[in-house]
Amino acid sequence: MHKARTFQDLILTLQNYWAKQGCVILQPYDVEMGAGTFHPATTLRSLGPRDWRAAYVQPSRRPSDGRYGENPNRLQHYYQFQVILKPAPKDVLDLYLGSVREIGLDPAIHDIRFVEDDWESPTLGAWGLGWEVWCDGMEITQFTYFQQVGGFDCDPVSAEITYGLERLAMYVQDVEFVYDLAYNDRFRYGEVFHQSEREFSTYNFEKSDSEMLFRHFADAEKECGALVAAKLALPAYDQCIKASHCFNLLDARGVISVTERAAYIGRVRALAKACCETWLESPMGAYEPRYG
Amino acid sequence: MPEFLLELFSEEIPARMQPAAAKDLERLVVGALSDQMLLFESIKSFSGPRRLTLVIGGLPAQQKDVEEERKGPRVNAPENAIEGFLRSAGVTLDQCVKENDGKGEFYVARIKREGRATADVLAAILPETLGKLPWPKSMRWPGSPVRWVRPLHAIVATLDGEVVPFSFAGVDSGQTTYGHRFLSKGPIEVRRYEDYAKKLHDAHVIVDAAERKEIIRNAVVNGAFALGLEPVPDEGLLDEVTGLAEWPVVLFGKIDDAFMDLPPEILRTTMRTHQKYFALRKPGETGLANRFALVSNMVASDGGKEIVSGNERVLRPRLSDAKFFWDQDKKRRLESRVVDLKKSVFHAHAGTMHDRAGRIALIAMLIADILGNDVVKAGRAGLLAKADLTSSLVGEFPELQGIMGSYYADHDGEDDEVVDAIRDHYRPLGPSDRAPSSQTSIAVALADKIDSLVALWRAGEKPTGSKDPFALRRAGLGVIRVVLENNLRLPLWIVLEADEAVTSDRKHSWSTRFADALESPVLLKGIASDLQARIRESPLEFDTEDIDEILDFLAERLKVVLRDKGVRHDLIDAVFYLRRDSDLVRVVACVEGLQAFLKTDDGANLLAGYRRAVNILKIEEKKDGHAFDGEPDPKLLQAPEEIALFKEMAEARELIAAELQRERFTEAMTVMARLRGPVDAFFDKVTVNAPEPELRKNRLLLLSRLRATLHLVADFSKIEG
Repeated sequence: MHKARTFQDLILTLQNYWAKQGCVILQPYDVEMGAGTFHPATTLRSLGPRDWRAAYVQPSRRPSDGRYGENPNRLQHYYQFQVILKPAPKDVLDLYLGSVREIGLDPAIHDIRFVEDDWESPTLGAWGLGWEVWCDGMEITQFTYFQQVGGFDCDPVSAEITYGLERLAMYVQDVEFVYDLAYNDRFRYGEVFHQSEREFSTYNFEKSDSEMLFRHFADAEKECGALVAAKLALPAYDQCIKASHCFNLLDARGVISVTERAAYIGRVRALAKACCETWLESPMGAYEPRYG
Repeated sequence: MPEFLLELFSEEIPARMQPAAAKDLERLVVGALSDQMLLFESIKSFSGPRRLTLVIGGLPAQQKDVEEERKGPRVNAPENAIEGFLRSAGVTLDQCVKENDGKGEFYVARIKREGRATADVLAAILPETLGKLPWPKSMRWPGSPVRWVRPLHAIVATLDGEVVPFSFAGVDSGQTTYGHRFLSKGPIEVRRYEDYAKKLHDAHVIVDAAERKEIIRNAVVNGAFALGLEPVPDEGLLDEVTGLAEWPVVLFGKIDDAFMDLPPEILRTTMRTHQKYFALRKPGETGLANRFALVSNMVASDGGKEIVSGNERVLRPRLSDAKFFWDQDKKRRLESRVVDLKKSVFHAHAGTMHDRAGRIALIAMLIADILGNDVVKAGRAGLLAKADLTSSLVGEFPELQGIMGSYYADHDGEDDEVVDAIRDHYRPLGPSDRAPSSQTSIAVALADKIDSLVALWRAGEKPTGSKDPFALRRAGLGVIRVVLENNLRLPLWIVLEADEAVTSDRKHSWSTRFADALESPVLLKGIASDLQARIRESPLEFDTEDIDEILDFLAERLKVVLRDKGVRHDLIDAVFYLRRDSDLVRVVACVEGLQAFLKTDDGANLLAGYRRAVNILKIEEKKDGHAFDGEPDPKLLQAPEEIALFKEMAEARELIAAELQRERFTEAMTVMARLRGPVDAFFDKVTVNAPEPELRKNRLLLLSRLRATLHLVADFSKIEG
């Protein structure tokens, strides 16, 4: 069995595998986001009647998870490999297990389990049922059958597969410190990202300008509303993601109280909902095709 | 007699839902069968990660024939009514007979139904029956018209070895199932439970959860024993892992020595929450051993080497996170974290957690003072109780709140009572958990819950319907349990109003004084005693609608608590609403006395007499347009029975008041019981509505006295039945 020896091998292996399953291989979305799910190829495309299959790597920004490059496995910026299959095929778990074999984890000597983990994103007004997939007690994948996004029913239901790439690579490479991962045969992960983890941790926790971020949040919120009114689902949604990221930065800075938190999440959710509604009226999202 | 075998094979069912699902399946199918008059000899249900199984033994091959009569419309009913009846009964007019019920003739249809084959009945009823299975959470998926917990892939349904054909969730039933996800290959054909269980066993699936659970229990215990250890009992975890493996294989891993100086709660919580491992210890010791037991679902070709080393590898970063937090957290005194609470908002309209810590300290002191306990310790523990929320470890494992605080406090050399109170103030955590019982813990536990109630109530978060986002019902229940389980003689209204006073803008002077005193235990203590004195002196100044509502809310909670003990809820209404007594111990004692009294003959009769009196009063008061209230004139008493009642009541009133004063409720009831004779005699012999207006008025006043006398004890009008 071929083993994905390096970090980029892992990406390439998954990419090839899912390309063979008919997925569109997309590139990362160019707006900061907390998880691959926020990518419009998942959030918006999971709504509406059209078939869709996509796979992509997405940098996930979790400002609060920064550890100044000192923690063995926590990062404020890491990669997710995201697969969305709509409608969810009947043999989707077998397809998924095929990818696990492909990256070199042999189910004959490992303990692979599907442990209940329902997914909910209060910011997206989205939820689904599924599992975290365990390999020898280690969560290697999040698997979700989308039920609702933006408060709207997903029909047909999609399957979403999210691999946490660093964690998975650490397991495959038998490495305990994320920065020791072989990115490829010449470079370690630390050489690529250690400085950025240190600098961004400082930025996220100490240097970010809260006043500016509050302002940016308000601006994005306003712009999103205007774009929704103009029936421009995708540009509106960009603003929604931006607002969400501003909120995450403010949260990391510790300037949002527990109760304000709920209110901010509610505001982002309202944006997401409006974007989804607009998407459902747009040519690619509507149940009654407008063109094509 | 035929056996019915049903298996619903799906993607992995959440462990926590499996046992209930099997029971629900059994209940629903039994119900549907009995609706169809199909009796059976035995039934068993099983659950596992990927399947629910039901085996019903001793079914008949078909239903019995039945003859049924159905009553139809009158013979002279409109034609379309008669036709409609015939259609719905599936008969023709000549299959009906005419009968007479005394009011006229009507049709009766005689419907003969031949028993259908059991297989046909099953095929007909199963789709609907299965659709009723109440999953706590269910989902849609492509191709299924119904919701299920996870996508369903196959249904085995055989009766006496033959397929019972039906379709459910887009799946046709058959006799094909599948074995272990990784330890078996291809479909498996089954006919009966016997070969089903055997073939699945060969395919590495143990169908019966009870069997899997015992396999795991024994393997953990025996494996631990071989290492000179024993597992820390954890039935919940055992149940959970039973639902996570079709073929459980227990393996043992080692905890890195670098983590062994962590508190056992941290080790155990990390292993349990994140990894579902069993913690092990040396028999008789409280600390943990450096081993854990894990339950895999795999017979690995390398004997489990990879699995163990993988799990050990996963645990290390988990524990190193925890250790990092633990070391970081200990670098600061817990006390120094109190001020950090300023940064976290408790509620937008109820201040920060820092304000809350101050209020908890203040209220804990007040409670300790009323109960005659150590005020200083209560205040100290109250102030520190929430400080661990700012520690990184609690940020990581919220379930360790309180526990970590007590470790840090102990590390800082705080008093033992304070350390215990920090740990225990969240208790009782659930129905099976005890309320804290040491003095300081009691004060802080109550203060915590009371402050939640008052502050969040004021902030408009009172529970409504199914909505209770801040778990105020649980807080209310907690207050009641702490009070009752410790038999605390505590006038809750004083405590509630004190808390309200310092959160409220209306009592500006108190809230300002409180805000200034927040940092200083001495000042807080001063406020606690001043507030208490002031509230006792002029309660009206402090009484607000919120406090009234919270007391009502607590009374409602009290009903729930006492209902489980068989206490009637109407009696709580009768006792509580009379004086709005916030001393719950006293309320309960009085309610219990009342309940016992009403069970006696005297009690039941006196209640009847009371009702008669109140009814008369109501009617006459309405007639006259004013209430009767006041002392009857002794000079106007004529009949010996009314004189006797007057005398007995006058005496009883003093005695009852005196017994109530001493909280001797049984004795008070005994005095009340003595009124039964005179009351009965009065109603027997005396006409209340005498023709002479002054006599009538006097007798009505006598009845109003009776009402007032009984109301000394309880509001008898609230008593039902």
